[in-house]
Amino acid sequence: MLEDLSHHILDIAENGVNAGADEISISIDDSGDMLLLSVRDNGRGMTEETVKAVVNPFYTTRTERRVGLGLPFLKQLAELCGGVFSVSSEPGRGTQVTASFLKTSIDVPPLGDVPSTLMTLFIGYPGIAWKYIHRRNEKEFSADSVELREALGGGNVFLEPALALGVKEYIETNIDELYE
Amino acid sequence: MTEKKIRSLDDLRKLKEKTGDLTSARSEDDKVKIILGMGTCGIAAGAREIMNAVLKELETRKLHNVAVETTGCIGMCQNEPLLDVIRPGEPRITYCLVTPADVTRIISEHVVNGRIVQDKLFGRAD
Repeated sequence: MLEDLSHHILDIAENGVNAGADEISISIDDSGDMLLLSVRDNGRGMTEETVKAVVNPFYTTRTERRVGLGLPFLKQLAELCGGVFSVSSEPGRGTQVTASFLKTSIDVPPLGDVPSTLMTLFIGYPGIAWKYIHRRNEKEFSADSVELREALGGGNVFLEPALALGVKEYIETNIDELYE
Repeated sequence: MTEKKIRSLDDLRKLKEKTGDLTSARSEDDKVKIILGMGTCGIAAGAREIMNAVLKELETRKLHNVAVETTGCIGMCQNEPLLDVIRPGEPRITYCLVTPADVTRIISEHVVNGRIVQDKLFGRAD
């Protein structure tokens, strides 16, 4: 199992990368009784049969190993926490994975280190336009890798460790402010 | 005095001015590459924490000629976190079961000084 939700986000977001997406949106809504998580990509999408198969841990398109545990782990976790898990997809259009968690469930993992997850995605997959939106009651924070790159002068700025760590701190400070 | 936290895009721009334009100084071929396994197995084993440790170490040592990349699962899940180092003109070296403490050693010994850290070695691809 993965330690917390931020690790799941990293894992699920990479599915979009592998599906050939060039835009991936991650959203968290931490208002009310449920925590909602959604990852949407504009990759190649999946057929109805594949969508049904992806939650089976013994289904994978990879050849390096015979299991695909990312989505089954997240599904199991959401259902364990009184939430709902769903995958909707259309070939050629993309895929959206959503998971919800009842916050009062004792099994609900912490959100974890979302800034590190985003920084890892920005560094690891610079060709993707990453969008992040985090809502908490009336407050909202959004980050956009393209916008951040432009603000920092363009190019693959996340390769400079000082800037990557700066962006991580920027995200961290703003997420923290949602909880003040 | 503790520095003010970065909270706006303007703060990031100021950081950029302070850092200067260091990324474009070298071409891709001159860079040392660090590649981290970031599949489900890598993530579960702590690869993201290794990424944090790598960036912190590079930042502390002011190393600007290192490109950090990620890769998916290569089928050796039980050996994750895997970290590869490729120095220009040298073979790709794979380290396994890497901990944040190992990162400091791998960067100072191998990335900077070209000496392979033998006890963390998984393999060499020539």
